[in-house]
Amino acid sequence: MTVRPIRPTNRTVAVVGGGPAAHRLVEALLARGDDLRVSLFTEEPRAPYDRVALSRRFLDATDDLPLGSGSGPWDDPRVSLRTGCRVTAIDPAARSLTTADGSTLGWDDLVLATGSDAARPAIPGAGDLEVYRTIDDVDRLRGRVAELATRLGRPPQTAVIGGGLLGLEAAGGLRALGADVTVVHSRPWVMNAQLDEFGGRTLNRLLRDQGYVLRLGERPSALEGGWLRFPSGEGLPVDLVVAATGITARDELGAGVLQIGPRGGFVIDETCATSAPHVWAIGEAASFGGECMGLVAPANTMAEVVADRLCGGSGTFPGFDTAAKLKLAGLDVASFGDGLASARGALEVVYADPTGGVYQKLVVSEDARTLLGGVFVGDAGPYAALRPMLGRELPGEAGAFLSAAGNGAPPDLALPDEAQVCSCRDVSAGDLRRAVCGGCPDLAGLKACTGVGTQCGSCLPAAQKVMERQLVELGVEVSTALCEHFALSRSGLFEAVRSTRLTTFGEIVTRFGTPADSAVNLGCDICKPVAASVLATLHGEYILDGDRGGLQDTNDRALANLQKDGTYSVVPRIPAGEITPEKLAVIAEVARDYGLYTKITGAQRIDLFGATLEQLPPIWRRLVDAGFESGQAYGKALRNVKSCAGSTWCRYGVQDSVAMAVRLEERYRGLRSPHKMKFGVSGCARECAEARGKDVGVIATSEGWNLYVGGNGGATPAHAVLLAKDLDDETLLRYIDRYVVYYIRTAERLQRTARWMEELPGGIDHVQDVVVQDSLGIAADLERVVADHLQTYRDEWAATLEDPERLRRFRTFVNAPARSAEPAGADSVVLSGPRIPVRGER
Amino acid sequence: MTLTATHPASAPHAVTGTATASEPPAAWHPVCPLDRLEPLWAEAALVAGEQLAVVRLPSDEVVAVSHWDPYANAPVMARGIVGSRQGRPTLTSPLHKQVYDLATGQCLTDPALRLVTFPVRVRDRIVEVRAA
Repeated sequence: MTVRPIRPTNRTVAVVGGGPAAHRLVEALLARGDDLRVSLFTEEPRAPYDRVALSRRFLDATDDLPLGSGSGPWDDPRVSLRTGCRVTAIDPAARSLTTADGSTLGWDDLVLATGSDAARPAIPGAGDLEVYRTIDDVDRLRGRVAELATRLGRPPQTAVIGGGLLGLEAAGGLRALGADVTVVHSRPWVMNAQLDEFGGRTLNRLLRDQGYVLRLGERPSALEGGWLRFPSGEGLPVDLVVAATGITARDELGAGVLQIGPRGGFVIDETCATSAPHVWAIGEAASFGGECMGLVAPANTMAEVVADRLCGGSGTFPGFDTAAKLKLAGLDVASFGDGLASARGALEVVYADPTGGVYQKLVVSEDARTLLGGVFVGDAGPYAALRPMLGRELPGEAGAFLSAAGNGAPPDLALPDEAQVCSCRDVSAGDLRRAVCGGCPDLAGLKACTGVGTQCGSCLPAAQKVMERQLVELGVEVSTALCEHFALSRSGLFEAVRSTRLTTFGEIVTRFGTPADSAVNLGCDICKPVAASVLATLHGEYILDGDRGGLQDTNDRALANLQKDGTYSVVPRIPAGEITPEKLAVIAEVARDYGLYTKITGAQRIDLFGATLEQLPPIWRRLVDAGFESGQAYGKALRNVKSCAGSTWCRYGVQDSVAMAVRLEERYRGLRSPHKMKFGVSGCARECAEARGKDVGVIATSEGWNLYVGGNGGATPAHAVLLAKDLDDETLLRYIDRYVVYYIRTAERLQRTARWMEELPGGIDHVQDVVVQDSLGIAADLERVVADHLQTYRDEWAATLEDPERLRRFRTFVNAPARSAEPAGADSVVLSGPRIPVRGER
Repeated sequence: MTLTATHPASAPHAVTGTATASEPPAAWHPVCPLDRLEPLWAEAALVAGEQLAVVRLPSDEVVAVSHWDPYANAPVMARGIVGSRQGRPTLTSPLHKQVYDLATGQCLTDPALRLVTFPVRVRDRIVEVRAA
């Protein structure tokens, strides 16, 4: 690419580097100034991505780690993004820069966001060390681990040098790829920058319990001939070694032009200005107070400060926020502030349960009132709520905030307006309150308005608390109540009915209704279908028996789909879209005999439109006799499982996707859920079944199945995210059982899985913990629900046809049950048959 | 082709079932035994050429409104959910979920909409509706 020197009338801001700090800077500049042009140069072959979430790429090679939402700032005409373009020199005096291809660009202001390199220990053989810093690094590690496993025929032996945040994430990633991992760390406990000895040793134990080998208190002396050598003379056989021993600021552009810090990095002052006018530095490459910091929150803060300054503001950088949370499956570790209690007179309030693997500590000032820091290992529950209280007076005794102390819910925290809730996006409690006052009704809205929790997400529980309190103050009832008839939410009602084993709506109203009087509280179109769904899930009884008939929503009421003219459509279940010619013929005959408009739907189903209510039983008599079941279109439940042709026919297929899709459809059909569910199974990575657009998506790999969750199409499409990979059939089913039932138990009314996970505190990580690690100890319980469902499942139309009492619900007129609704003349009031013409009928 | 099923009550100035002097005298028509109606499960009934939605309440009082959904322009009201608002019985359209007061026919979610109501009595456990 040629870069011509240009001096437009608008001010040009050149940004060197394409990490999250650069992304934040560009976003902030665009939001503030109209007269700016921004040119961003990055060496990497892609636009800035969320490096903080790099570990996700180990699990899902297609996850491009997007920053923010939508296409971001790169489509903005004021921005030019040059990827794969290295800047080789800057000239602050001439206000220009030169790129590797020799072109130059003039600028008015220059922001250096060059980040850092992974440091490599200076040992013989260091050239063979891998590092963990970019998407390309992760992709290379994936490739090498896979190649080693194939070539060696065993799990590769890997080592990670460095047991800090990044080292442990890299170790977790290697294990997820199937490698054996030894963590080599020079101190007696891991994460020593964040954790005190007790916390660190607790984490040591948790890691060893998970199968990591730790080699502590030693630095390797060489890597040679497949051995990692130590000064003691011992050696560790290794196939692959990753170095994660720290970072080195990329400050080479400043050599001879800018002042460089004692440990590297461009020296900046509190305005983020370097030693040269109009040259700024942000992120890991900036040295503030003699230090460079590899954390995203201070990098984002610096970006905001520079954006503010470039637009005439007077923002200043307050110093490093060192709060950190470890992103490693099944391990809850976090620290913030002065976790090591280095301040004079600081007191430490500690809860430790070595057997349970929990260590929590708060550091408070000498008078035990001001919160100075905290360390959490094994259970970081209180972290999100406490971190914004840093430097503030605690409203209660410090020990009461340690969740593991068993005192029930921690005291409610009233955060002052200026307290920062989200450090990644710099959102304060006041920002959240203003957004709530401005009309943000829920957490999803708050995320969209303020950006809170959109980067690492660890602050979402705290943000939710702030939002709820503010709504209370506004006099908005923070009501999760379903409607005027119940003060409970759907998930609350589900738990209430589950624990009380109630079986009728009348009982539910008498027990939980507002008022609790079934003579006046008749429910409504909101709570009745919810109760119907809950009862159906919990008891698996025929949905129209007892007082449950009147609870059912429009389509469930008729076990068919009501259309705009008052007729119904019929969808015979075709699991996975697999059908015989004989069954196709039956559908054709039924459609012809009843004059039904026939259409193949978007989900591999055949829809027959225009049946009247009393035609449904005879139609289904013929379909049931031919072996069809119902429920593929009505009912908030599993609709269909879409599949591709799979390995039976397709030359690319690696697994039998059709067989798996049929198995899934027959396992979960009829299981009532908070909203409809759609599944998909693809037989190879080409993904022809569009499984990642489904609530549950299964994609074949050569090793088994990858399980994706939380996708949907519709008005707000969502891409499913990877939950677990390379599963065998039985594990796959077990995980889906757990996922689906956990969703059914805890989701709100008409909340699809994507939205549910978004609102769930902890999001996908929490779901992963529950489903894969069984962190709540409820996996067996969740699986039992599906096992019971398989026992009690009965096709609803087959059950209807065998009982005359059930068939009475399918009369058009109560006083003329035999009255047929044949197509009638224009002056007749009797409902007619289908009137919507078939296009193209010739 | 368009739908041809129409209902007189879809006229813009629908009146309630309470007879006025200008209307032709209405008569009581038997509909069905009370026991054929399940409480809170609406049924459609064909009475004197009119399609009605008939609802038996828990008190065994029976109410009747037009089966015609004035918003969706389709005969579907009897397929809706019976419920209550502040203790007053309601019927919700199964198509677009407008909520109607069963006693007055007034739509509670859209003031412009109204269902025709019909007087109902139960004699010797037979449900009777007064219609033209």
